[in-house]
Amino acid sequence: MIQIVKKGETSKKKKILIHISALSFALLTASLFILIMGHSPLKVYLSMIQGAFGTSYRLSETIVKTIPLVITSLGIALAFRMKFWNIGAEGQIIMGAFGASWFALSYPHLPSWILLPLMALGGLIGGGLWALIPAFFRARFRTNETIFTLMLNYIALKWITYLQNGPWKDPGALGFPKIPNFHEHAVLPRLFGIHIGWLIALVLVALSALFINRTKKGYEIQVIGESENTARYAGINVPGTILTTIFLSGALCGLTGMIEASAINKTLSVEITGGVGYTAIITAWLANLKEPLIIVVSFLFAAMIQGSSYIQMAFQIPQSAAEILQGLILFFVLGSEFFIRYRIHIRRNPVKGVS
Amino acid sequence: MSHTSPPSETLIKTKNLTKRFGRVLANDAINFKVKRGEIYALLGENGAGKSTLMNMLSGVYTPDEGEIRVHGKRVFFRSPEDSIRCGIGMIYQHFKLIEVMTALENIIIGHRENLFVTTPKIRRRVLEIARRYGLPLDPDKKVYDMSVGEKQTVEIMKVLYRGADILILDEPTAVLTPQEIKNLFAILRRMKEEGCGVIIITHKLHEVMEISDWVTVLRKGQNVGSVKTSETSYKQLADLMVGRSLDLSIEHVHIEEKTPVLEVRGLTLTDHEHVKKIDSVSFTLFSGEVLGVAGISGSGQKELCEALAGLYPVHAGKIFYKGENIVGLSSREIIDKGITMSFIPEDRLGMGLVASMDLTDNVILKDYYRSPGPFVDRKSAQEKTIKIIEDFNIQTPGPHHPVKLLSGGNIQKVLLGREIMSRPHLLITAYPTRGLDIASSYLIYDYINREKKKGTPILYVGEDLDVLLELCDRIMVLCDGKVTGVVDTDETTKETLGLLMAGETLESIERMNA
Repeated sequence: MIQIVKKGETSKKKKILIHISALSFALLTASLFILIMGHSPLKVYLSMIQGAFGTSYRLSETIVKTIPLVITSLGIALAFRMKFWNIGAEGQIIMGAFGASWFALSYPHLPSWILLPLMALGGLIGGGLWALIPAFFRARFRTNETIFTLMLNYIALKWITYLQNGPWKDPGALGFPKIPNFHEHAVLPRLFGIHIGWLIALVLVALSALFINRTKKGYEIQVIGESENTARYAGINVPGTILTTIFLSGALCGLTGMIEASAINKTLSVEITGGVGYTAIITAWLANLKEPLIIVVSFLFAAMIQGSSYIQMAFQIPQSAAEILQGLILFFVLGSEFFIRYRIHIRRNPVKGVS
Repeated sequence: MSHTSPPSETLIKTKNLTKRFGRVLANDAINFKVKRGEIYALLGENGAGKSTLMNMLSGVYTPDEGEIRVHGKRVFFRSPEDSIRCGIGMIYQHFKLIEVMTALENIIIGHRENLFVTTPKIRRRVLEIARRYGLPLDPDKKVYDMSVGEKQTVEIMKVLYRGADILILDEPTAVLTPQEIKNLFAILRRMKEEGCGVIIITHKLHEVMEISDWVTVLRKGQNVGSVKTSETSYKQLADLMVGRSLDLSIEHVHIEEKTPVLEVRGLTLTDHEHVKKIDSVSFTLFSGEVLGVAGISGSGQKELCEALAGLYPVHAGKIFYKGENIVGLSSREIIDKGITMSFIPEDRLGMGLVASMDLTDNVILKDYYRSPGPFVDRKSAQEKTIKIIEDFNIQTPGPHHPVKLLSGGNIQKVLLGREIMSRPHLLITAYPTRGLDIASSYLIYDYINREKKKGTPILYVGEDLDVLLELCDRIMVLCDGKVTGVVDTDETTKETLGLLMAGETLESIERMNA
């Protein structure tokens, strides 16, 4: 007979041990898969690491992939601290990119030092307002934010598709539905070979940690996350705090959109997010919503994505196979959360009471 | 159920039963005996090991050492399933019933014998058992329509249906009204006559004296004495429990000078379905007075407290605090006026405390916003927390321990400590001793009296009528949201209060007596 028992606190050491063993199991299982494909697992893994960190170019690519994950995770973590399940980061990134692009396309000849801050503002407001819609309905009518934020993702996506095919269609693209490229003034500068987003991400990590742990607003967010009734009892303005927090959460995601549009794509397109809005939910959660850990987890995640795209080329493995590897690793790591929260009791032969 | 054995047969016998949790010795070589046809009270403070002992008897825990004998045979329980098979049924404090099902469905769930959920045969058998033990049972009533007392009846029926002849009840009276307690005790006596053995866990002494034949007192995991109820006294039991001599009287402070502080006029509160929760209630609360509020649970006490704290919308009426109408003010504006409410809801952590946060973050819950600047001032908060820990003798590893890991009594002390430390001008407290052991309860009565001596007006919502009579100056009785009477504690009796709680008015009682 198997019994599942809820655990109390799990010690840090044990948590790390569980995560490491989950990773080992994932690699072991993936090895079988790689063997079936006729490759040596060890070689594949080593080249994954090589692909992620091997050369300074690959390392910088990994860091570039880390940046949007970190900033979006920060935004998501802020909402999650309040137990507001914002899974609409994808849409907020898109709308942030839209806000930034509007400035970039409308005022292409402004100098960079004016245009880039304006684009950042556009990103913050675009993402923030998009998140504010479900927040308003939650605060006012207690609607479920999970479905609401998710659905808004699709609306945002289709909005860009419309722009791409309609009003913002590039006349110079020979009928191809795409939005014109940004002027070089609208592209983020580089610092130490990587676009400046990495510095923004680090600053935001510090600010977020300070905000949630030290300020009064941060304290209020945590109280609301625990119990709205207790928050009301303490005199906290619950609807007001929900609205501000979710605006901030969406604004952070929106800033990701601005950075990606400006530094990576140099235009607005439907592929702007690359699924970051969903991946960041996983990284925020795995980081236990703790800001410094978000950097670590996001970096490892980016390394995994970068490494698996490298082995595609190196071993001529199809993309879907690389994605299976990613999926396996995720499956085991997320699955191991179960063992952190629960304990399994196995009782042999449940005999009768009297013996 | 087997009734072949002679009436004085020993049902349960434990020998040197021991259970450790890590380094904590929860049960230390307990010897304990239950005989057929007798009611045993298991008495002890929080953490004395009562629940551990009962959980071993009901198969939840496995003992580390010692043995359990049921009907003379040594048993090894591996699960509650094994224990119920031996005839031991446990009734927990928190009911485990499925709200949308009927009484009958709940009784047979997990124990059905064939494909059909309820056959006429099963139904007859359930009703037969109910009749035998005098249980008032409506088999087709849905659980969500039931009162607390009725739910408890279903729980009892559940274990009887499974053939239990030894019943363990964990604090069964904690959530019942006086009338429901009376009914429960009648059922327990009936079981005793039918040859069952009954164990009741409690820390209410007067109930022990009323219902039990034997009392076993646990302290710090040890059995410190098993005595015949008829040969003991309140005082002896309390002393055994606490381990030292305890003063069992609640001080009644008389303050001469009284000025009205809170005047409530024609207050009416309705819920979102427009049901009146408080119906044109008027009363005055004076300085240096403890005004008790009595009533069956759900008579509007919670709504009244929340309205005074600005948490419940007022439908009609006025609340004057020092002459100013505070209806419509936000809860923060009311906190700023020095009106504090420490409401202990049923689960202790619902409102008032943030379970996963540490003591310090809970202490600042209601005044964190007062410090200047955008940051929370945790430094002075920590000093304040340490002072509360010392003043209220809270058992905690430190000011940064999460409150959810504290014991119930300590949690309540944190809550009350915070409210009292804020130097309130008006203290509203509801059920502050619910679930607390004797020593902690008396400590809290002391704190309330200390506040009273300072001239603070106190609204005390309580459930134990004996305590209300001793502690309060006047008692206002609520029934269905209406005030049925306000009485002076010097001039009233428990019986009068009981009748008022049931909906009689002072006039109708007078007529009855005339």
